[in-house]
Amino acid sequence: MILFTLYYEFFKIGLFAIGGGLVTIPFLFDLATRYPWFDAKLLSNMIAISESTPGPIGVNMATFSGFQAGGITGGIIATFGLVTPSVVIIMLIAKLMKKYKDDERINKTLASVRPAVLGLILFACYEIAKISIVDIKTSVMFMVFFVLIFHFKKNPIIYITLSAIAGVVFKI
Amino acid sequence: MMPLFQNELVKKRQYITDEELIDLYSIGQCTPGIIAVNISTFIGYKMLGIIGGLFSTLGMISPSIIIISIIASFMKAFMDNEILNHAFAGIRVCVVALMLNIVYGLFRKSVTNKFTFTVFLMSLFLLFQFGVSPIFIVLLSAFTGFLSENVKKIRSNKAK
Repeated sequence: MILFTLYYEFFKIGLFAIGGGLVTIPFLFDLATRYPWFDAKLLSNMIAISESTPGPIGVNMATFSGFQAGGITGGIIATFGLVTPSVVIIMLIAKLMKKYKDDERINKTLASVRPAVLGLILFACYEIAKISIVDIKTSVMFMVFFVLIFHFKKNPIIYITLSAIAGVVFKI
Repeated sequence: MMPLFQNELVKKRQYITDEELIDLYSIGQCTPGIIAVNISTFIGYKMLGIIGGLFSTLGMISPSIIIISIIASFMKAFMDNEILNHAFAGIRVCVVALMLNIVYGLFRKSVTNKFTFTVFLMSLFLLFQFGVSPIFIVLLSAFTGFLSENVKKIRSNKAK
């Protein structure tokens, strides 16, 4: 039964997360409030791991969340759920690709979805900030990393490694 | 991900051309789901039909399933480790900054005029004030975009 729920929930995410892997994150936060599978803290850890491992972050997140809910089978089912809508939709529109891409109505609709989705991601950022930036130590650390990341556009893995070390050293 | 696609599929195997890959990338962005998955499904489908699409997608998600399953099983065992907990507490702070950086990049690309800025603010307002579901936000913004395009068309028809 849990596998069916997993498949259904991730099918919905695959259908509505328009714009790539990062967009799945707000949907996962929504899942965290509705099911006991994982909490915001674990979800934030999963984001960091998914960013630093090979494979698309959206797919990694789906496997991860599914695993928390139902072990290895859960991970597989959640991932299948996530990609099912893409696979069906892409195959359906494959023949009319060019037309689809140049359709003014579709473009205009998407131009409106993108900023809205941005709001979703920002809201997810806020959710993570609430549980991770909690005192002076973490606030200072946040500001340092914020400046570093915006100033030197380096690979995220470098910052994730640095922050892990900082976390251990300063006992965050 | 895109340089990998280009190297493997365009240069090495010549499954598709550079132009096709760019087209695919932009289509992958406007169809639901993960962009890399959309691109692989399309290439597989183009070459071998439905079976091809299914198998290339399976190929794309297999490493994630294997690697993440292994990490997730280890993570459960180390959840009580104090050092690891400190490390992850540090990482979570970093994740906020990393995500803000991505949001900033996307903001400059997608919020380009008054209309898109209004949609962005509305989405934030609905989320913070009412905690509406993400699906609702996506549907509402799609509807708003669709409507605004049609209203414009009707207006320009009337003007004629």
